[in-house]
Amino acid sequence: MTVTAGSAAALALGDDALVLSHRLGEWAGKAPVLEEDVALANIALDLLGQARVLLSMAGDEDELAYLREERAFRNLQLVEQPNGDFAHTIARQLYFSTYQRLLYAELAAGDGEFAPLAAKAVKEVAYHQDHAEHWTLRLGDGTAESHERMRRACEALWRYTGEMFQPVEGVDVDWPALQGRWLASVSAVLRRATLDTPEVPRSGAWSAGAGRQGLHTEPFGRMLAEMQHLHRSHPGASW
Amino acid sequence: MTTNDWPLWEVFVRSRRGLSHTHAGSLHAPDAELALRNARDLYTRRGEGVSIWVVPSTVITASSPDEKDPFFEPAGDKPYRHPTFYEIPEGVKHL
Repeated sequence: MTVTAGSAAALALGDDALVLSHRLGEWAGKAPVLEEDVALANIALDLLGQARVLLSMAGDEDELAYLREERAFRNLQLVEQPNGDFAHTIARQLYFSTYQRLLYAELAAGDGEFAPLAAKAVKEVAYHQDHAEHWTLRLGDGTAESHERMRRACEALWRYTGEMFQPVEGVDVDWPALQGRWLASVSAVLRRATLDTPEVPRSGAWSAGAGRQGLHTEPFGRMLAEMQHLHRSHPGASW
Repeated sequence: MTTNDWPLWEVFVRSRRGLSHTHAGSLHAPDAELALRNARDLYTRRGEGVSIWVVPSTVITASSPDEKDPFFEPAGDKPYRHPTFYEIPEGVKHL
């Protein structure tokens, strides 16, 4: 398959949505409360919808989702990180949905091939960000334990956030400006949640992030095995 | 699932402009803001609503099922309270 710049970009954005959708889906049936179970599943389904459109722009959605090897996935390492405790899931969601909202808003304003999808998705993502913000505020500014867990989660995932602003070929946005807006937005939420903006490096040797080049963290392989096993065991099955 | 000690909220959804809010169900949430968000996820995900109210269940004063008879029965045998004794003029719609 020849990969044009456009389809490489669709793959990168589509894989982000697909992988995070699967991670959120893992909460189904075991979220802390029933209401949150439904909220996370809703977000997962929004992301899955986006992934289907994006992957279809890059090729056959099922083949791409179920038959690629780990090294062929182009998602950010942030979205493949395991759910951890609820605070980790919320921190990951805060970082990613803030990024996705800013990115999609910019794509929606342009006239590129992603504009129609972005215009629709940005409304979904605005809700994802709102949900993550509300939980960040309640966990950060909640009990001593919830504060400590939220602090740990924000710090643990911080080093995966630099990768979001590596330019993606075929996505025409001002990446440094995007990063500035992201930092301002996330820091403001953390401050209101009585949390410090982590000081862990986000770029350079100590940061993570080569997901866009196909290098992934260890838990991703296990996630893929689970995600792909049914399709690989029963090729072409339908219902 | 852990024990849920969050308060209970009643959810009212207005399905279209011009209609009134109707009771849709109830849910648990730690505060009003999150109750509203949970309500959005639980009761309007298929495009059912344009507006949501959430009300703490504890502030609702309800009539008791034991008092059903004194409350509602006296109305039953007073047909003159129903506007059924009028001839409806021809051509009047929406009555």
